[in-house]
Amino acid sequence: MALTGIQIFKLLPKTNCKKCGFPTCLAFAMKLAAGGVEISACPDVSDETKATLGEASAPPIRSFALGTGDKAVKMGAENVMFRHDKKFVNPCAIAVNIKDDAGDDAISAMAEAVANSEIDRVGQKLRVDAISIECVSGDSAKYEAAVKLVAEKAPETALILNCKDAGTIEAAVKAVADRKPLINGTTDGNAEAMADIAKANGCPIVASANGLDALSALTEKIKGFGVEDIVLDSGARTAKDIVEHNTQARRAALKKSFKPLGYPVINSAIRDDAILEASIASVAIAKYASIVVISSIEKWKTLALFTQRQNIYTDPQVPMQVEQNIYEMAEPTADSPFMITTNFSLTYFIVSGEVENSKVPSRLAVMDCEGLSVLTAWAAGKFTATKIAQYIKESGIEDKLSHKELILPGQVAILSGALEDKLEGWTITVGPREANAIPTFLKSKVS
Amino acid sequence: MSFVVPKETFSGKVLAVDFGKDDKKITIGGENTLPFLSFEGECPNKPAIAYEIQDCPPDDWPETVLNVYKDVSSDTVTWAKYCQDELKADAIALRLISTHPDRDDRSAEDTAQTVKDVLAAINVPLIILGSNHIEKDANVLVAAAEASSGNNCIIGKAQEGNYKTIVAAALAHNHKLIAMSELDINLAKQLNILITQMGFDKTKLITDPMCAALGYGLEYTYSVMERIRLAGLAQNDQTMQPPILGDVGMYVWKIKETIAPEADVPDWGSIEERGIAWETVTATSMILAGTNLLIMRHPKAVENVKKTIDELI
Ligand code: B12
Ligand code: SF4
Repeated sequence: MALTGIQIFKLLPKTNCKKCGFPTCLAFAMKLAAGGVEISACPDVSDETKATLGEASAPPIRSFALGTGDKAVKMGAENVMFRHDKKFVNPCAIAVNIKDDAGDDAISAMAEAVANSEIDRVGQKLRVDAISIECVSGDSAKYEAAVKLVAEKAPETALILNCKDAGTIEAAVKAVADRKPLINGTTDGNAEAMADIAKANGCPIVASANGLDALSALTEKIKGFGVEDIVLDSGARTAKDIVEHNTQARRAALKKSFKPLGYPVINSAIRDDAILEASIASVAIAKYASIVVISSIEKWKTLALFTQRQNIYTDPQVPMQVEQNIYEMAEPTADSPFMITTNFSLTYFIVSGEVENSKVPSRLAVMDCEGLSVLTAWAAGKFTATKIAQYIKESGIEDKLSHKELILPGQVAILSGALEDKLEGWTITVGPREANAIPTFLKSKVS
Repeated sequence: MSFVVPKETFSGKVLAVDFGKDDKKITIGGENTLPFLSFEGECPNKPAIAYEIQDCPPDDWPETVLNVYKDVSSDTVTWAKYCQDELKADAIALRLISTHPDRDDRSAEDTAQTVKDVLAAINVPLIILGSNHIEKDANVLVAAAEASSGNNCIIGKAQEGNYKTIVAAALAHNHKLIAMSELDINLAKQLNILITQMGFDKTKLITDPMCAALGYGLEYTYSVMERIRLAGLAQNDQTMQPPILGDVGMYVWKIKETIAPEADVPDWGSIEERGIAWETVTATSMILAGTNLLIMRHPKAVENVKKTIDELI
């Protein structure tokens, strides 16, 4: 829990020496509480105070990365229980599990599938974020070979090494230490050995225990061994455990400032049935997991999970929007069709995707409607005949076109009459209601 | 520092609402905590799922779900019996879509007969839905309420523009009622107030804050539902305590992700599983936000959401 300015003031030297650049210790304390300066600006503060303040100013849920490089995934740093209060910060990583005895071909194929899993949805690039390699063979050499193979075939993907044997893990971690793998398999029994490996290689570690009580003790123990980047595994296996444990851990961290559970969470959603697995994974994503582990990555499954994660993690105050502009597709000429839509990201990406599909050179005017969809914007009075007419006139588009025909989304066919009145000389054509009919529509227009 | 389970107790409670008859009766709601947090409160009734059927062949449903019903959907009664007997539906939702003026504009009287025929053929609880045409629903649902009198059905949806006649009919024939507003907690609250002011018992209401499909506004529905739940539980706002409906199927089975063949969108994988997963994940997200009653279409999606619910309790 953050300290107030007064509480901080009590810990300062109270000499008002001004070395920090502030006229008084109190002024400095106030600024510190507001988060504008660092404690190190005061040269006279004791080490003990520094430690207290450092601890107090740490976020309630620790934040660090899974993996390295451009595709590393940030975890933790969450501040709220409900997304309507404030945007959830770091989207849950999706990890696929592979067993070390699956055979080289299967392991390579899975790693390659992950490396090629990226898709684009509503302007965001989404991919399977991590591969968890599970040691079931009990054979150190075999495990290390599997880990190396995955690392080689999926060169940018984050790695999770899932093995309870410290000796086996140590060799595997060393083999891929530059990838900062997440070490999974630490229990009360092997905590010291595992923590040493994590510390020596600068890797984060998963603490696994049965229930939050035992888990809290374990994270304290691991921290005592000098490892702070910890991920929580409460032993949750059923959907019920996932919801309850994750809720309790987040509440304890946020509302009770309970540090032993102030870490990101990993959940397994592995089930025999692929659709059930998607369903259970969606429970974890909605309910606070930072990593969810699944057993297969069929494209339909990851698409559904990426989309759900995107929905849960969008900013509830600001709809995703794109810039107002007249976008040109496939090098239009003065004769090319001219369409209009609103600047809600989802609307823009769906419509522009279909226009591109059609391969018909055209222009799409995207009008600023504060990020609302076509019908919502219309219902909110932001996509009206008057406003559209004004936008078209001011856009200067008339100079670029040899025609004056504007294609409206079918959902707002009702606007066409009023728009013809307001946009003198223009013909208003009502397009299809759904974007997937756009290619056929555009092709028939230019043929 | 030792761990103490951080429990929250709420002063409010979701109202328990039952529908149907005899041993097939279903009760939803009744919880005094957020969804599935039974470590700190009671969650006496699990979310229920009704299979959606229609009063005319579902020619605008995509193939994945159309195929399931291709042998039965030309006759509403056969379709209803199929859901009850073969799919083991716990409840059925009959959507009177053919009454819409843009569809067949079927008359209220005609439809009343369909309602009677379906009721005669099944014994699981029935939800009766209009075509979502404000004016037409006002007639159709009144006739449907009368035709189903005494069966303790859920009828809907009453909206701001037509609630008066529909509420009166539900009152007269002792049905439960769905009140639907458009993704806004204040509108939902206001409609519930207007309806109870007509003398309709709040313990017979179900709130539909309007659903949206995964990827198409799900986040709005999700947050409106969570806010309704918190208002009912934490602030003990009596007007925000009816159980919540998620009319999932109709929003899911019209979007591109459930329709586009794999050949057109190779990055999206198998169309069959894609559609089923889409309905499943949408419904699972809804129950986590507070939905007590789901209306769904694909049997495999229903099966997987049921398994998820069983894991959640
Ligand atoms: C999510 C949502 C909201 C969100 C806003 C989301 C957003 N960023 O826009 C919120 C909760 C804020 C909201 C608010 C309101 N909403 Co609202 N909302 C929806 C909902 C559920 C989904 C909208 C959506 O995202 N659609 C997806 C996008 C991609 O669709 P689209 O932009 O229309 O684009 C499609 C087509 O139009 C077409 N297309 C688009 N551009 C073009 C261009 C051309 C040339 C062509 C050919 C085609 C084309 O392609 C796209 C894909 O097929 C719909 C109901 C529903 N399920 O559809 C109601 C809906 C749009 N809302 C409605 C209403 C009334 C409102 C409110 C006025 C009421 C209220 N609740 O307070 C407010 C107004 C907002 C305000 N005052 O700020 C009504 C509109 C009714 C009507 N027919 O006029 C709807 C239809 C709900 C309903 N059935 O009553 N809403
Ligand atoms: S440098 Fe330290 S002691 Fe000096 S005024 Fe600033 S806070 Fe006070």
